[in-house]
Amino acid sequence: MRLPGILMPDSQADRVVPPSGAAARLTGFTAAAMTFLAVFALALSLASGRLADRWSESLARTSTVRISAPEDQLALQSAAVLAVLAATPGVAASRALTVEEQRALLAPWFGPDLPMDALPLPQLIEVTEDSTGYDGEGLRQRLAAEAPGAVLDDHTRWRKPLVQAANRLRLLGWLSLGLIGLVMGAMITLAANAALAANAQVIKVLRLVGARDSYIARAFVRRFTLRAFWGAAVGTVAGMIGIALMPNADAAGGFLTGLGFQGAGWLVPLLLPLLAGLVAFAATRNAALTKLRELT
Amino acid sequence: MHTLLLDLCSNDAPEIKPLWLFAQRWQLNPDGLSAMVHRLRARGKTGVIAFDSVAYNYGGGELLSDVSLRLAPGSFHFLTGPSGSGKSTFLKLCYAELLPTAGRITLFDREVRGLSRDDVALTRRRIGVVHQDCQFLDHLPLTTNVTLPLTVAGRSGETRDLTDLLGWVGLGALASALPPSLSGGERQRAALARAVIMGPDVILADEPTGNLDWEMSLRLLTLLVELNKMGKTILIATHDLNLIRQAKAQVAARVLRITKRRIQLAGADL
Repeated sequence: MRLPGILMPDSQADRVVPPSGAAARLTGFTAAAMTFLAVFALALSLASGRLADRWSESLARTSTVRISAPEDQLALQSAAVLAVLAATPGVAASRALTVEEQRALLAPWFGPDLPMDALPLPQLIEVTEDSTGYDGEGLRQRLAAEAPGAVLDDHTRWRKPLVQAANRLRLLGWLSLGLIGLVMGAMITLAANAALAANAQVIKVLRLVGARDSYIARAFVRRFTLRAFWGAAVGTVAGMIGIALMPNADAAGGFLTGLGFQGAGWLVPLLLPLLAGLVAFAATRNAALTKLRELT
Repeated sequence: MHTLLLDLCSNDAPEIKPLWLFAQRWQLNPDGLSAMVHRLRARGKTGVIAFDSVAYNYGGGELLSDVSLRLAPGSFHFLTGPSGSGKSTFLKLCYAELLPTAGRITLFDREVRGLSRDDVALTRRRIGVVHQDCQFLDHLPLTTNVTLPLTVAGRSGETRDLTDLLGWVGLGALASALPPSLSGGERQRAALARAVIMGPDVILADEPTGNLDWEMSLRLLTLLVELNKMGKTILIATHDLNLIRQAKAQVAARVLRITKRRIQLAGADL
């Protein structure tokens, strides 16, 4: 009994088993519901993956120098730091953030009308690495010599747990997909067992006239596989519509609005009905062959 | 002794030794015996169903004990015995629905314990079974039920003789009827048609006339006798002695009787 053969119509084999009614409908509904959830788990997993990649790649190439010095030395030390950075191998670019940019950074916490001039804020210098990267320890020593108030922050301290969290989130997404598949398999197994038990008399007659287990199982497996496939197709479409209706990703929305598919990623959920069909095939086949041995 | 007699009834005995013993006991001419064995082998057939020291236990105790017999190809046997004596169990052993708890059963020269589930299915295609409570697929019309053995064997195209077959069992006008709408006699004849459509070597019938009036019983018996004359091996479990007497008038039927868990060949007085 092979999967492609299962999908081939066989009116004779289909007819010998009466319609399974509630059990088959339950399979379709289960597949639809589980696949609907699977679409979101898949979106979560893919979005987490994108986030982890972005944090680990783009943030890894940037760092910040923070200069805390008396007001009369701030400009002098800033110039010294920029000079050191310009001469450091591995640094592609460096620039001091303007007052407006620093105000924008603080605005979420202190509002837009923060009196920057009245506050002893440090000067921030954004550093962009090239592909080779710089020697962090050497740069720290040079900065300490040229600008005692300068502190190099290469984001490692907070970037690592964020990337780790994103990777864990991605793992949880895949784990959820696996669990959804297992639950779907279990539900379809229960439904198939119910259908087989309800048709015990039919199975007995078929065995009596010389039907092989594979012939009897095929009628059930085909029915449940197709039900699961079409149910999963409906669930996938519904889930994709739900994802498509979510707000667009922007800077203000952050992670949640980025929960979706991008580009070719929209094709990935289309695999879910096929996977659901495979799960149903395996679950029903196993249930049918086991139950047949019990019944006859 | 009964085993030996039944061995001789077969057209070819796979184990020759009992024949030699039989010949010595009855002082048969060895040349004559050799010729007989040669003739038997030349016919190219073996015992279709053979029991060797078979026992069967239900949870409650032993139902059949030390049963040894062979059903020869083309033979006609009745199996009698009181209710609960094990007639149905014996038939189920004959088509491998049950396995013996002791001893050896051979179907078409293959030991049933060595048969896989697929092998059992293929073997059953050579054995037509008619139950007292004929079981059908109630959601399918009579024609589909009768051709079910062909369908499951992947030979659903071979139904050209279906009309003749239904006519033969007198159900030509009920081809599209659903099984629940058939009478007891019609169901029995439909079951017989289903049992023979694959051209089986053996037909087993379990109380086939149990629910029928005498006229219908005779009609069914006539069909079974006709099948026997076509070379089919027939075994009918029944307690209807009148039916047996009627059959013995038409065909060389032998009667097996279950007594005290054993099967014996019944005498002329049944």
